This record gives sequence, C-alpha cells and structure tokens, in this order.
Amino acid sequence: MEPLLSYFLVSSILFGIGVYGVIAKRNAIRILFAVEIIINAANLNFVAFSRFPPSPNILGQTFALFSIALAAAEAAVGLAIILVAFRAHDSVDVSQLKKLRG
Amino acid sequence: MVDVIFLILSVSAVAASVIALQARELIYGAVALGVALLATAGLFVLLDAPFVAMFQVTVFIGAIVVLILFTVMLVKREQWIGGSYEGINPKLSVIGGIMVVAGLMYAGWASGLVTINASEEFGITFLQIGRDMMSGYAPALILVAITLAAALIGALTMAKVEKEG
Repeated sequence: MEPLLSYFLVSSILFGIGVYGVIAKRNAIRILFAVEIIINAANLNFVAFSRFPPSPNILGQTFALFSIALAAAEAAVGLAIILVAFRAHDSVDVSQLKKLRG
Repeated sequence: MVDVIFLILSVSAVAASVIALQARELIYGAVALGVALLATAGLFVLLDAPFVAMFQVTVFIGAIVVLILFTVMLVKREQWIGGSYEGINPKLSVIGGIMVVAGLMYAGWASGLVTINASEEFGITFLQIGRDMMSGYAPALILVAITLAAALIGALTMAKVEKEG
C-alpha cells in the first residue's frame, strides 16, 4: 500500500486546485465546482488519516459519509441560489451580483 | 500492481479537476468533475473504504453532477459562456494555489507523515459503520437528515418560478 504521504499529496493538490478555482473564477458555477473539489479533497484526507494509524478506526469513514451528505445539501442550495441570481441579473458573473435586492 | 492503479487514479483525479475548472464549455467541465469524483472513489476503494466509495458514486456523481448538468442545460447556453468569466489575475491565483499546496506539504513533512505506513490488518467492515451510525451517531444522523430535507425544500422554494399576475 502507498504511504500516507502520497495520499496527503494528492489531497493537497486537489485542495490547491480548488483554492485556485475559488480565487480565479468569476462564473458562479465554476466556483461551485471548485468548492466540490475542496470538499472531495477533505473527504480523501478523512478516510486516509483514519486508515493509517497503528490501530485503524472507523471515525474517518463515518465523518466522510456525513461530509458527503452535507455536500449534497450544499450543492442543491448553491445551484438554487445561482438560478435565482441568474433570473434576477441575467448573468452568473459573481462580480456583477452587487445588489441583494431581487 | 497497486502502485500503478494508485498512480492512474491520482493523476486522473488531478487532471480531471483541472479540466473541470478550465474547460471552455461548462458541460464538459461538469463531466470532468464527475470523472474526478469517480477517481477519488477509486482511491477510497484502495483505502479499504468500499462503503464510502459507493456512497461517493451514488451521492456525488448520481446526484450532484447530474443536478449540475441539468441546471446548466436548462438555462440558455449563450448566457453561461458569454462574456469574460476569468478573474482579474489568473497568474496570481495559480501562485496562491501552489503556495497552499506547498504550505500543506511542509506541514505534512514537518509532522513526520513520511514515516507512517499502513498497518496490514484492517478488519473493519461496513457492518461496523452501520452499527456506529445507528448507535453513537444517531443524533448526528437525524440532524443530517433534517438538514438535508430543509436544504432541499429551501432550494425548491427558491428555484420555483413564480407566475406573475
């Protein structure tokens, strides 16, 4: 099996890509993609770190399950917000969403 | 053998994540996001967590990616790709991402992750996850269920088209 460091490397790279996406992109859907990638990297870390100690435990897997469920809720609400913003402004560019009024 | 599979899965996860953010068409980006999540599910299988991998495939790919695909397809295509959606300074954000990775790797290196190898024995099955979820984590499970229901109802209410007049 691969050492823990290689899994950690993969998840940090995924996290870095997500951070890049959140900073660089102005399309709201792309930012949602980036957030999903970040959540995915965190889940990978949860599972990897619970597998590798001398006595592996189940905590990490349980946490990853909860995290995936909450990511689903986040995606649904995020997409609904984007749809409403698109209807109000005719654009998904986050730099143009300056009004809170619908 | 596992080394090759691990390499393939991790490279495809990283490459598909980059494509998800950089593809010109949003639809291709959503599909690439699905590929990245699928590759991560493969990594979960390598980590002896088949139940999490299954959950990842059903929830992330079966629900989230399909939801994104439908949202993208429901709205006019020109509106999504028209205009410049690049940030003010892409180079600076690349540097920011690389610095985050470097900082994380330094933290991992300094805390001695290099020396940790997997223990051979891993007798945990998904039976134990189910038992844990139904006993110790039952309140959290109920809370997650209520949160999901509330979030979905809220999302539906927000996205509903109101007929005027």
